[in-house]
Amino acid sequence: MRPPLALGLETAAFRAAGALSRLARRGGGTTIPGKLLWKLDPGAIDALARRLPRGSALVSATNGKTTTTAMVAEILRPSVAVVHNASGANLVSGVASSLLAGRDAELGLFEVDEAALPEVARRLDPRALLLANLFRDQLDRYGELELLAGRWRKAVADLPHASLVVNGDDPQVADLASGASAARVFGIDDPAHARPALQHAADSKYCLRCGTPYDYAAAYVGHLGDYRCPKCGHARPSLDVVGSAIELHGLEGVAFTLSAPEGTCRAELTLPGLYNVYNAVAASSLALELGASVGDVAAGLGRFSPAFGRFERIEIGERRVLMLLIKNPAGANEIVRTLLDADPPRVAVIALNDEIADGRDVSWIWDVDFEPLLSGLETLVATGARAEELALRFAYAGLPRARIEVVGSLEAALDRGLALTPAGDELAVLPTYTAMLALRRLVASRGYVANYWEAAA
Amino acid sequence: MRIRVGHLYPDYLNIYADRGNIAVLAERARRRGHELDVAAIGLGDPVPGDFDLYYVGGGQDREQELVAPDLAGKSEALRAAVEDDAAFLAVCGGYQLLGRSYRDVAGAELPGIGLLPLQTVAGTTRMIGDVLLDCPWAGRTLAGFENHAGRTLLDAEAEPLGHVLAGFGNDGVSGQEGCRYRRAYGTYLHGPLLPRNPWFADRILADALAHRTGGEAPQLEPLDDELELAAHEVSSARAWARGGRY
Repeated sequence: MRPPLALGLETAAFRAAGALSRLARRGGGTTIPGKLLWKLDPGAIDALARRLPRGSALVSATNGKTTTTAMVAEILRPSVAVVHNASGANLVSGVASSLLAGRDAELGLFEVDEAALPEVARRLDPRALLLANLFRDQLDRYGELELLAGRWRKAVADLPHASLVVNGDDPQVADLASGASAARVFGIDDPAHARPALQHAADSKYCLRCGTPYDYAAAYVGHLGDYRCPKCGHARPSLDVVGSAIELHGLEGVAFTLSAPEGTCRAELTLPGLYNVYNAVAASSLALELGASVGDVAAGLGRFSPAFGRFERIEIGERRVLMLLIKNPAGANEIVRTLLDADPPRVAVIALNDEIADGRDVSWIWDVDFEPLLSGLETLVATGARAEELALRFAYAGLPRARIEVVGSLEAALDRGLALTPAGDELAVLPTYTAMLALRRLVASRGYVANYWEAAA
Repeated sequence: MRIRVGHLYPDYLNIYADRGNIAVLAERARRRGHELDVAAIGLGDPVPGDFDLYYVGGGQDREQELVAPDLAGKSEALRAAVEDDAAFLAVCGGYQLLGRSYRDVAGAELPGIGLLPLQTVAGTTRMIGDVLLDCPWAGRTLAGFENHAGRTLLDAEAEPLGHVLAGFGNDGVSGQEGCRYRRAYGTYLHGPLLPRNPWFADRILADALAHRTGGEAPQLEPLDDELELAAHEVSSARAWARGGRY
């Protein structure tokens, strides 16, 4: 055993490394010192976390964890000093960096990568754990859903004292709470916004107990909804926190009624889409668990502005870029659905990269239901490292090849998209994760938007 | 001409965007004046003998276990169809199920249908990455992506679909990938395999047309495949750069 580092002196050095890294413009330096710390002494992370007087809370999910965690932070901010990995660095090293940066915080609030959850949970011993959803995502990196669910199950079993907050509308995730003595279960109840059928890429559609396809009284986002097995009766558990009476206002926002044991409120969000109602209900559930009032929740959600790149409008001269991150079928389907709720775009720039953070396997684009965009689309600018694959996805969906432009460079693609957009109009830009970071850097270098580590600070 | 396709278990085995392969076959048939008539063959459905092409995709372990017993009941009809020169494309999990058996990590044996001369044993690590194959029987290459824990061993006389230029292939050591028997093709290359390998899509269409007419496989008129070939190039480069590594 190596003796633990003297935290005071060493952490000062690590913070300096972060500042250096930012100076060197190596991408924000959000994980560099954490990586150093983890390499030198992994146990130091545990020690840093133990210094937080009000402990930590973790958030994991395939989709929405950055937004959900940022919402919880906003709700708690007026009353608690929160340290939060706002830049989305959600591996052990990213959590370590946030802990280093947030010396004076009372509470740690961290989004955690699905695969990294067991390790982070073991080290931080959180007082609360929010598990929001499991969709197929980057099978090359995460493996199959069942495997991931199994690892989560073990992580939950190893945290007998943590409050568990789970999405009752996701069969796999809801089941994680079945053995827990006390769990807060959230979900949506508003059949008016249900989808007529499960989406093509729906996951978890077979009963966990007996394998029979679930009957859905309502399916809201992917396989999330009100399910029941017609054979063995396994069904959605009763909900403690419910989002209902939902109003979708196109790209402008949503409103819904939040009902919880602590009370009821009407919440207004400036983020669009049903998937953001899920994020908001999840965030509210965790915030209530951490001691916020219903009034804090409504106020926090009302103040909330989107996490970077997830849904962002950037003014560029006389035009606006609407940037929407896409990263897996379920998430991308919701982006498409949200775009269609407003005026469907006539020009779209879609950027497909295949780095580790994007998923090296680009198969997933064939599981996205892009088809509803086709009728309104005059030009698709396909870009990114795998631009041709994306172009083929649309070509075989029926978009005439004459309306598809393959532009390899992100910068040239963005400029082409802007050139095709009339003044006063909005250009839809749908990038995968690393393409989003690169596009944001590009737009920032032209002086149009803050760098994300500045925005997050 | 009407090409009849039987798509096995599309509700269960679709994990790697298998509908992309079907979409490519349909569009390339349409552009040659043919029509692809795709019917789903689900759990408990009979296998009518008049399909020209069968397709089975990949699934997660759980889905594979759900369909395996049902597939066993269809094995005679499917084997007869292949002996009758129907075409068959089986990808990833579907490919494994066409062999004699699949043994999982715990040692439990899932029976296959013995349509292809091979068996599969699960390993403890997954073989994940870009792949490039040389297919000397066609004088072409296939580029794709693989992600499997199963190690597939071909019988001594069996023909692989291709030889691994970069990537893992069937088992990571033999240098073989996939299997080819009559007009049946099995492979680990999943997801959008056909969009970036248009020659292989056309080969399968020609096989299916030959079954339809009872004659020779026709020469299909060439299409403008500029995008397809560019995608193939990028995918091949990926395999050379980073295939075959964990």
